[in-house]
Amino acid sequence: MAVVAKTGNEAMAEAMRQINPDVVAAYPITPATEIVMIFAQFVADGLVDTNYIPVESEHSAMSACVGAATTGARVMTGTSSQGLALMYEILPIASGLRLPIIMCDVNRAISAPINIHCDHSDTMAARDFGWIQIFSENAQEAYDNLLQAVRIAEDPRVLLPTMVTTDGFIISHGMERMEMLEDAQVKEYVGEKKPAYSILDLENPKTIGALDFTDYYFEHKMPLVQAMKDSKQVILEVGRDFGNKFGREYGFFEKYKMDDAELVMVALGSTCGTAKVAIDELREQGIKAGLLKIRVFRPFAAEEIAKELAGKKAVAVMDRSDSYNTQGGPVFTEVRSALYGTSNAPKMINYIYGLGGRDINVPQLKSVFTDLSKIDKMPEINYLGVRE
Amino acid sequence: MATLKELSTRKDPLCGGHRACSGCGFPQIVRMICMASKDPVVVVSATGCLEVVTTIFPYSAWTVPFVHNAFENAAATMSGIEAAYRALSKKGKVSKKINFITFGGDGGTYDIGLQSLSGAMERGHDMLYVCYNNQAYMNTGVQRSGATPIGANTTTEPVGKIKQGKMEKRKDLTEIMVAHNLPYVAQATVGYWSDLTRKAEKAFAVTGPKFINVLQPCRLGWIYKPEDTMVIARLAAETCFWPLYEVENGKYKGTFKPKDKKPVVDFLKSQDRFRHLFKPQNAAMLEDIQKEIDVNWEKLLSKEGK
Repeated sequence: MAVVAKTGNEAMAEAMRQINPDVVAAYPITPATEIVMIFAQFVADGLVDTNYIPVESEHSAMSACVGAATTGARVMTGTSSQGLALMYEILPIASGLRLPIIMCDVNRAISAPINIHCDHSDTMAARDFGWIQIFSENAQEAYDNLLQAVRIAEDPRVLLPTMVTTDGFIISHGMERMEMLEDAQVKEYVGEKKPAYSILDLENPKTIGALDFTDYYFEHKMPLVQAMKDSKQVILEVGRDFGNKFGREYGFFEKYKMDDAELVMVALGSTCGTAKVAIDELREQGIKAGLLKIRVFRPFAAEEIAKELAGKKAVAVMDRSDSYNTQGGPVFTEVRSALYGTSNAPKMINYIYGLGGRDINVPQLKSVFTDLSKIDKMPEINYLGVRE
Repeated sequence: MATLKELSTRKDPLCGGHRACSGCGFPQIVRMICMASKDPVVVVSATGCLEVVTTIFPYSAWTVPFVHNAFENAAATMSGIEAAYRALSKKGKVSKKINFITFGGDGGTYDIGLQSLSGAMERGHDMLYVCYNNQAYMNTGVQRSGATPIGANTTTEPVGKIKQGKMEKRKDLTEIMVAHNLPYVAQATVGYWSDLTRKAEKAFAVTGPKFINVLQPCRLGWIYKPEDTMVIARLAAETCFWPLYEVENGKYKGTFKPKDKKPVVDFLKSQDRFRHLFKPQNAAMLEDIQKEIDVNWEKLLSKEGK
């Protein structure tokens, strides 16, 4: 193990080098370009065995990943924002064909207006395509999550493509202290991929991507439903095992000062680091504030999250994107839905914040807790940090 | 070139019972291309007639490994397979030589898949891309494509009171592929098995990106009797509406030169998609079509002379 200073992009590229996938197909897009650039240098220097395909678009990146994955190869890519949006058509093909492709996804706003900075609109729009989605608070988590993603995605109980996200610029370009495993440790941890079949198996020719009409399509979607359910157990197992092996354990979410918390913030990604500082300061004033940091957004750990929030006085759900449904952001609608019909459900409001990389700071997050102390007077959906 | 007898012993990539229309041209294209390969093949197809009629679950007509991903990304999909093959070969996980063949209709190749094709060819993946070109979106019901010739009646550029079908010239995709500096590019029709087989053999003999544009009459969209497919495919070459040629490392060679070039109306009148062109008021259009074909044929011959 080595203690190093890395940006989120460097951390992800290093994890990719250590995973040493068979194929990487990727296309440049800010702020994820660096991941591909750094990895391309590893290829150029012979540090990986990977066959790297510098495709002509993200659509082709995901298409090539799908093709490569049908051979049983271990396949990775990286993208962001418009690039992820260009992949949307192929994302459900990857999950529908049960191809455990791994993606580094740097969260960035979606055009228009064009904007290169962080929000979660790109990733949230991809939430219903059958991909596992894991959010990272910092470079360390990005690194750890990417390594675990291989084990989760390729588990025979799962076989789902998986994206690990960081927040654009905030994590992708922010340099932090982190611990890196030794190459040999990662090699052993991820192991050899053991595919159930390969399109290159000439003795047992397969037809992949066949046409289903009304008589089979539904049945073929049900295993995907089941795999997403089953992935919950695998995510927990892998997170615990990672903790046992390397000292950092992971689950569906992280609880920060939650045990006795009365006022709770639910958030994802880099904002959680800022929220922890706000909570520490509030605790000094005797305010019982806490944070539930959601790490795994797909599958959504509804029951487990509902259990953590039961009995709390007030909850603020932070969304770094809007779903434009007039009912709040995607995290809010998920959390509220998780609590529907449960006993002891807390009062809950939503904050949409940080769109297009608008800064979110400690005073703002503290003001959210102030709002929570008078939740009855608050509107259900609030926009934080926007000029009127 | 392999003899017919020899070809008949090769593995047929399609079994009987697929659901292509009677008289459809592409099953023959698929068979001729795949059976020209001495080595095993792995096939990718774009969304389109070929994919639809061969893979309706729970059946598959494919006896060889087959992948369908989406409409516009067949070449990119094969890029991934071919790249993975090379990675896995290096690790000793696969050993046999494989020919990678990508099929796309003209919609999936000329139009929506052009970027994906261009990228894959430029990157130099070792694959043969075959466009089965029936000059319109036949799977969705005869919509115009970039390959549709001027004057053809389609459902998205129909003949009407003031329009005579498609008013724009078709794109010359074969030349676009030549401009990619590929080691082998060819134009063929389903009507000449030996020409097509020989071209496929030549393509397979070269490592790298190869492209063959195969004209395939479609009885549904071109509107003719199913038994006429081969006759019409040959008329296309005999009239030079679809010249047969190949470009090896930039060097042009005509592979079929009609002694007496038939007038293009012989080809046009064989199909009802051009029926309206034979109204007296459209005589000028017919003349223009003939002129353009003559010009293009001369251009091709002059390229060969270089």
